[in-house]
Amino acid sequence: MDSALIPEGVKRCPTWKFLLALAIAGAVLLWGVVAMLMVWFKGLNQTNMNDYYGFALWIWADLAFIALGGGAFFTGLLRYIFGIKELKNIINYAVLIGFICYSSALLILAIDIGQPLRGWFIFWHANVHSMLTEVAFCLSCYFAVLCIEYLPLVLENRQLDKVPFFHNLSHNMHETMAVFAATGAFLSFFHQGSLGGVAGVLFGRPFAFRTGINIWPWTFFLFTWSAAAYGPCFTLFITWLTEKITGKKLVKDNVVELLAKIAGWMIITYVVAKIIDTVYWATVTAPSLGFKWTFFYSDNPLYGKWILLTEIVLCGIVPGLLLIFGPTRRNPAARVIALLLGVLGVSLNRWVMVLQVMAVPVMSFDKWVLYYPSWQEVATTLLPVAYGVILILISYRYLPIFPQEPELNPIAPYTPANGAEATAGGQAGDESETEAVGQAAPAGA
Amino acid sequence: MKQEQTQHRPKRYGMVIDLDKCTGCGSCMVACMAENNVSFKKDESDKLLSITWMRVYKITNGKPFPDTDICYIPRPCQHCAGQHEGHSPCVSVCPATATDYSRETGIVSQIYTRCFGCRYCMAACPYHARYFNWWDPVWPDGMEKYLNPDVSPRMRGVVEKCSFCFQRYQAAKNKAYLEGRRELEEDEYQTACTQACPAGAIVFGDLNNPDHLVHKMVDPDLKHGGRPRNPEVFRLLERLGTNPKVYYKSGRQWVRKAGDNYLPGEKPGADMHKSHS
Repeated sequence: MDSALIPEGVKRCPTWKFLLALAIAGAVLLWGVVAMLMVWFKGLNQTNMNDYYGFALWIWADLAFIALGGGAFFTGLLRYIFGIKELKNIINYAVLIGFICYSSALLILAIDIGQPLRGWFIFWHANVHSMLTEVAFCLSCYFAVLCIEYLPLVLENRQLDKVPFFHNLSHNMHETMAVFAATGAFLSFFHQGSLGGVAGVLFGRPFAFRTGINIWPWTFFLFTWSAAAYGPCFTLFITWLTEKITGKKLVKDNVVELLAKIAGWMIITYVVAKIIDTVYWATVTAPSLGFKWTFFYSDNPLYGKWILLTEIVLCGIVPGLLLIFGPTRRNPAARVIALLLGVLGVSLNRWVMVLQVMAVPVMSFDKWVLYYPSWQEVATTLLPVAYGVILILISYRYLPIFPQEPELNPIAPYTPANGAEATAGGQAGDESETEAVGQAAPAGA
Repeated sequence: MKQEQTQHRPKRYGMVIDLDKCTGCGSCMVACMAENNVSFKKDESDKLLSITWMRVYKITNGKPFPDTDICYIPRPCQHCAGQHEGHSPCVSVCPATATDYSRETGIVSQIYTRCFGCRYCMAACPYHARYFNWWDPVWPDGMEKYLNPDVSPRMRGVVEKCSFCFQRYQAAKNKAYLEGRRELEEDEYQTACTQACPAGAIVFGDLNNPDHLVHKMVDPDLKHGGRPRNPEVFRLLERLGTNPKVYYKSGRQWVRKAGDNYLPGEKPGADMHKSHS
């Protein structure tokens, strides 16, 4: 039915399967939209937030989505600025995942504010001293960059590509993509960092407060570093998941292993920095404010020392080492476990830096307050997940996301003749040594 | 008409609450709500959702009878000055400049029509002095007539907090101006909670003015963010460097110690000069 839209040289599932998947994700999306409308029309009383938990599930989701979407800027940096050519085979998917993560974060921010119609005040009445202002500006600008990076991929749809203007636009945008990649990396450094700064500058909250350099607390740099470390883990994990669902090999092992190795080193260096930061905070910063570090992990039913160990050891050192050592990195099971631990680790870090900060009492006569989200908060947090699934479903079906897919999944014998005009996954004019096959046979269903 | 422009010494309005006088009656809370049109709900049992610009905490020394002792701590917004005048925990983080620090009065204001409800200021405030309007304000029938016409009610979705009854400052300034005066007398500008306290536990005035009672009680060290020289006076969470303008007075050491956090074995005031001074 939709075969004319499907990239050449690849096979896709039957339309009914595609529509069924869309319907399932769409149902979750609809549930989220209902909750979103309830929040917008009835107000934030639809949540379980309160005056102790002004920041809760949504802010965590924002921080986690943006960290996980960090694969886009970091892979782009490696590909276009450091010139690691192999990564062109995964950069499209990194960009798509980044696009989903960032658009999701923006949507959640729009739901999370008490007066959504005044959201533009953050730009109009900007307080340049606020980390959140920096987040808003850099995040919006970087989302625009992601749109620019995603657009050429959309224009490579088989039908759109037939329009000469779109074809040329797409080609020319690829030529200048290094400029956008550099801009994206620059912007990402600041918004990932300022998201870390959001917690780190809270000198009234000893659990979050960090010293640093000039106006930037150490969390500024840790958040940027961790997004660069764990973002690619998420890209690789979703790639693995996509391969399992489609039943196809989509990216060659050497590409996956290369990015996994880089992520491994980034994780280990990040964890070293994180340990130094934690030790300094625990032995110098917190005591100077009258707190023994163990106070932050005691006298409550949830936040124990286990959370620190899990974040640093189980979800930091372990995945870092698994990805650095060749045998474990090359072992698909060990690799995917490491990637999953990495994803969980950065999400846990963001949870701690939002939710635990709110939970800890600061005044000596105050008390720990715990929180659980309302169904409206859960639904609106799953909304972007469902939206992401839908966007991946559509993009995978109709766009040449994976340049190596035709070669890895030939549907007709490969010949140089039919491979010449390959669907190179958006790398028109690229110096590919693994140009994909294409036009070998009518597209799949 | 030519107005002579003269430099006026900036004010630092502040408060001293004598905890040894406070009986925990809650008059300050009631007066505050009435004066400032603070909204309330039918069910106020969940205190994490109640708006109480002035909130009275009850603390105990944790000792068994007969050594048990209790203390009530009224907690308005502390109007922090921060490490440098204006770097309050909340003011510095507000992305839309919806909360501001006045160098003229030292009062931390909240601009309700500019606040878009991100609640970052609430996350920043260690005193939980900031409250979010989770619901639209609804008063019982007829009660609208009793609202204070000088204070705008707040809409759903914005943050609010104690303003040191700023409308009273404006009214006093207007009156003084009409009378050809620039300076206010001490009793011309007093907060509702100060006037309502039956025990006279709350004293309000200009910390910069040596003639005002607050100054005399606190004897603020202005070179160190207004830290009190009076050994019986303390501020909540002094060590964080928030430099509040609400002071507390007590002759009981355990009460003074409850005002801040200390490491095991550490004595109150031990680390004052090392951190954030």
